[in-house]
Amino acid sequence: MDVRAQVSMMFHLDKCIGCHTCSVACKNIWTDRQGTEYMWWNNVETKPGTGYPTKWEDQEKYKGGWEPQGETIKLRVTDKFRGLANIFHQPYLPTIDDYYEPWTYKYSDLFDAPAGDDQPTARPISMVTGENMDINAGPNWDDDLGGSTVYANNDPNFENLNDAEKQALFEIERLVFFYLPRICNHCLNPACVASCPSGALYKRGEDGIVLLDQEVCRAWRFCVSACPYKKSYFNWKTGKSEKCILCFPRLESGQPPACFHSCVGRIRYLGVVLYDADKIEAYASAPKEKLLELQREMILDPHDPAVIAQAEKNGVDFSVIESAQKSPVYRFLKEWGLALPLHAEYRTLPMLFYIPPLLPVLGHVDKKGVYNVDAEEYFTSMDKARIPLQYLADLFAAGDQEQVRSVMEKLLTVRMFKRLEEVDDVDPALVDSLLKKTGLTAESCEEIYRLTSLPTFDERFVIPPMHREYAAELIKGDPYTFKSEAGIGGFKNTPDRGL
Amino acid sequence: MTYDEFLFGAFPYVCLVVAIVATIWRYVTDRFSYSSLSSQFLETRQLFWGSTAWHIGILGVLTAHLVGFLIPQSILWWNMEPVRLYILETTGFVLGLLALVGLFLLIYRRVTSSRIRKVTSLMDTVLFASLLLQVVTGVWTAIFYRWGSSWFSAFATPYLWSILEFRPDVTLVNSLPLMVKIHILNAFFLVSLFPFTRLVHMLSVPIPYIWRPHQIMRWNRRQQIID
Repeated sequence: MDVRAQVSMMFHLDKCIGCHTCSVACKNIWTDRQGTEYMWWNNVETKPGTGYPTKWEDQEKYKGGWEPQGETIKLRVTDKFRGLANIFHQPYLPTIDDYYEPWTYKYSDLFDAPAGDDQPTARPISMVTGENMDINAGPNWDDDLGGSTVYANNDPNFENLNDAEKQALFEIERLVFFYLPRICNHCLNPACVASCPSGALYKRGEDGIVLLDQEVCRAWRFCVSACPYKKSYFNWKTGKSEKCILCFPRLESGQPPACFHSCVGRIRYLGVVLYDADKIEAYASAPKEKLLELQREMILDPHDPAVIAQAEKNGVDFSVIESAQKSPVYRFLKEWGLALPLHAEYRTLPMLFYIPPLLPVLGHVDKKGVYNVDAEEYFTSMDKARIPLQYLADLFAAGDQEQVRSVMEKLLTVRMFKRLEEVDDVDPALVDSLLKKTGLTAESCEEIYRLTSLPTFDERFVIPPMHREYAAELIKGDPYTFKSEAGIGGFKNTPDRGL
Repeated sequence: MTYDEFLFGAFPYVCLVVAIVATIWRYVTDRFSYSSLSSQFLETRQLFWGSTAWHIGILGVLTAHLVGFLIPQSILWWNMEPVRLYILETTGFVLGLLALVGLFLLIYRRVTSSRIRKVTSLMDTVLFASLLLQVVTGVWTAIFYRWGSSWFSAFATPYLWSILEFRPDVTLVNSLPLMVKIHILNAFFLVSLFPFTRLVHMLSVPIPYIWRPHQIMRWNRRQQIID
């Protein structure tokens, strides 16, 4: 057992209102430089929808993630020798048009235009070329489906749906969608790290944050293709790749990442989990239907004395273990079994988990075109839910409906339980039977409710001590070498494009 | 000092010293700038034809030059049979042509695409001009001065060795045709351009990827410092 610590995340999708505040917070801090305008380390997508970059889930096109090969797995986009063969031209690299061409407006025209009969307009100009351009796409171009049926129809996750479910789609487009905020998953088996020919990407040992060393990056661009979530981006200006750094400078000073901190719906949770690194390869290579279960099994109980002893032996600081014991992610993921990874079938073992949306709209449009809500079954009509379970299963459970159903049932149980308590219009026998079925107790329902609806800042973000002071101690010689500089080491020059 | 002595006896040393010193200097002081500076993200289709043709062509030609430089006897021995000579010459010519076509496509792409123009620096322009001159003079030599593979081994190799052994022998090259002379001089100029252009990406060929483990962890601290 090789116990390591991982800063892990959880997003509660029922609480996401799709306001993009997280994206803007991130953009303002990290990606407001030339070459990064098109990057959204944090983005929010409307689902069903095609996402950003367009159809990123279509791995036939982008070749992201791992695929099984015999007993083990291999990268889809490259391998040790193919990487060298494809080095002059990388065949599956998305181009800027798969994302969008960033633009601004020529505002000076509003002031400088000669007087005339018409209002002057500010024309859009490209932030790449500086020329006039037509806007054809944007980072959230299919936001709220953009009033079109095209985006939902093109969602790659609808492949496994039967015809009846596809028929229901049109109704879905008119009635329901939900939001999917995405950042780097800081995977346990990151495809970006494995694909980098230069070895520029790495996982930080102490906290599992996946980072990219720009001094080592040589712009081979395999990380962009290999990441199945398309969360590694190529800076066309500096000729280096960049990615979400989970705001590690903020974490190191005890603050949650900017997207977490700014979240209006308070959907985000962050905490440490302990995991067994010996199992990474075996579990990432498991059959598709076992991936979810095994990934959950890999997360260790931070209260187990054997785990604690091994963790300390492996150099995990006790303060981090204590933090893991309070981790909200651990509770949602392991104790209550509510959180699911996004697209586990990519086999990167993502460490960002989601609570699937219970979809507030359980109503449907009947044959006469009248909108109906089934009153008696308001809380139990899961199979009539507007979004087919299979769709959610393809997103969050590697296609396994039962996994999603189990989570949904638990979420419904908590609602019923609280409804009984607060409104008292639910049959207590029904609540009892639901508690039995889902294995939840009155106490756990109450705890789930509290951590979902009423958590304080410190309950949502349990940030472990990052112990950067230990790293400073490692620097031999003058401890004041880096005094009054940002961070330890880091850039001495401005990160300008090479000649 | 005659012109020839300056150009073929002194200029190569200037270029070599500049290249070695500046490459080390750049690597030590500005490692961030080492990059292949790929522009594939902005334009991919033309790049496929240009870059692949260029790299395969030029690497083939460079390998041939290297073999002729290191083991000239092997080339002379191979060329003893006319059939083998024709095969070698044709292969070299095709590779040179491939490089020329690739380079032409790359230059065309740089000039016509406004996105690519945005990421083209002054040094890129100098480099492209120099490379074009080099490939054109090379292909020219292959067409008009036949059996270059043999006389490269007989003239250029001893000359290059004389440079490396610090006893420059200008007499070996001063009777060569003008195009060949330009080819040699421009080659040294390209060497001097190495540290000031994107050519440095040649140093980044990721061979260690073949044997390194897939996943990389970096630890700030593996052991408890305060026990």
